[in-house]
Amino acid sequence: MMFAAQSIAEFFSFLGGWQYVVAAVIHAVLLVHVFALSPFAFIWLERKVSGRIQDRLGPTRVGGLFGWLQSLADGIKLVQKEDLCPQAADSMLFRSAPYVVCVASFAAFMVLPFSHGWVAVAADCGLFIILAILSLEVFGIIMAGYSSGSKWSLFGGMREAAQMVSYEIPLAICALVPIVAAGSLNLGEIGGMQRGWFGYWFLFHDPFTFVAFFVYFVVATASCKRAPFDLAEAESELVGGFHTEYSGMRWSYFFMGEYASMFAVCGIASILFLGGWNTGIGPIDDALYAARNAGADGTGSPALGYLANVLGVFVFVSKASFGVFVQVWLRWTLPRLRIDQVMTTCLKYLVPISCFLFLGAILWPLALVTTLGRTTWTSGPLGELVAEEVRENQVTRSLSAADVGGVAVRAAEGVVEKELVR
Amino acid sequence: MSGEAFLFTVFAAMTCFSAIAVVVSQTVVRMAFWLVISLGSTAALFFLANADFVGAAQLLIYVGGTLVLLVFGVMLTASGPYMKIGTSTGETVVAGLIGLLFLFVVFASVSGVNWRQPVTASADNVATGAVGNTLRPLGLSFLGARPESGVLPGEDAAGTGYLLPFEIVSVHLLVVLVGASYLARAKRRAVPVNQVV
Repeated sequence: MMFAAQSIAEFFSFLGGWQYVVAAVIHAVLLVHVFALSPFAFIWLERKVSGRIQDRLGPTRVGGLFGWLQSLADGIKLVQKEDLCPQAADSMLFRSAPYVVCVASFAAFMVLPFSHGWVAVAADCGLFIILAILSLEVFGIIMAGYSSGSKWSLFGGMREAAQMVSYEIPLAICALVPIVAAGSLNLGEIGGMQRGWFGYWFLFHDPFTFVAFFVYFVVATASCKRAPFDLAEAESELVGGFHTEYSGMRWSYFFMGEYASMFAVCGIASILFLGGWNTGIGPIDDALYAARNAGADGTGSPALGYLANVLGVFVFVSKASFGVFVQVWLRWTLPRLRIDQVMTTCLKYLVPISCFLFLGAILWPLALVTTLGRTTWTSGPLGELVAEEVRENQVTRSLSAADVGGVAVRAAEGVVEKELVR
Repeated sequence: MSGEAFLFTVFAAMTCFSAIAVVVSQTVVRMAFWLVISLGSTAALFFLANADFVGAAQLLIYVGGTLVLLVFGVMLTASGPYMKIGTSTGETVVAGLIGLLFLFVVFASVSGVNWRQPVTASADNVATGAVGNTLRPLGLSFLGARPESGVLPGEDAAGTGYLLPFEIVSVHLLVVLVGASYLARAKRRAVPVNQVV
């Protein structure tokens, strides 16, 4: 009976009108704990990876051979630290800035599906919402930089803001390239379309999505202000940039936000390009899909369907965590770019490249239709899966598939124009 | 009180409170902060009304775009550390009058609507049971097709959408972009420096 509930809200249906409040509280508490604990793992990973890359051992003392409790020791230290607010600071803004950053990063998980149907809000324009929410983070950083009453913070904040605002443009355009292939902004649908062998992942859909994945990853790294694009926090000249004046827990909120948004952009990458919660091995995916459906409609065991979803979450989290690992790896491998080089990379190279990829992704199906007579290079079931996903979402289509594709393109253009105006 | 009404009350109160705080506070960046909360709560109200796209657009354009631009402007132009805007008594009186007039207009139009009348969902939504999935109808109507609106006899189906406004806005934005890059271009001197006497 427990597994048969489709959502936490349904599970608490005996509470009447308050079930959604209870469900919301559970979701929020889960989320905060996941992203209070996952930085433990990621920071430990960061230390170990950086140690290995620099021919050191990394932490070895706290908690046994691999030093896996080092992050806990750091966490306890951070909680104990005094909560300082400089005299020159605007204390209200200074104190609330870390929460703005955290809320913006955490709220993105509202629309990010972790497995088939396992999403807090299955919005039709999920990708648009997630990009909108991630764009709020920059405001918290500007606030932190401005309200600290320190020159380092102000410079860091301005650099950071300029960098994040500029990198949002190629981020949105690159995210649109697989959208052209999918014809939907619903992240759940997009993930479901890539079921089957990994050749059906949007990464391999056409050459443009293949390149777009790597451009997206670079841009995502930069928009999370990770090295090699972290000059705004340059320790050697800006003493830490916008968070120079912060200490203790408020400082660590910025880092919780940073790791959460790293995970969020890698999660978006894995849904848009890497098949989301699909394993990439045809028969396994089909079996899991069948188990989920049988569990949901009551013909099979609900527990089995539940397990299939848990496996989906595992696959999704592994893909996203691998993305985070690559970001850590890059940080300790590549030298920093100068701030003008960071901006040049974005505005002179990444924006034109992503515009070109977007244009190419639109023209690709047209070129294939005239040469091969179909819209994908694989003869595979992508088209059927698209139809199936849409049918599952019970959206009736009065127009032909070509019209809907056109709509996606036009909607995408609208988003690009809005982005460019900014 | 149902959960939805509770949330509506919370977000509506937040919107109003922070809108007043924008007017009352004197530091520009604090105003921007309260404006963020106000606009963000408005977006939450849109989400509550199942208008996902409008809510997300509100966040992306107003909070993530316009406000960031505003704060940037303040940071680049401010002469002191915390720029303050004081208002004189005359300004307060005029602004108060305009505000009251606007309140009157809003109150008149709100009370002119019959709120008891049941809302009829569009045929498209009734058929599919889809609530809040406004994206596809929106996209189609921007293309000029509004299958849900119903075409009157003798009217062209293609004319019922918003294709023309959409195109005009697109061209307008393009013009703005070109204009902005023209204004922001690197200024060159008309006469080379060494020839200036």
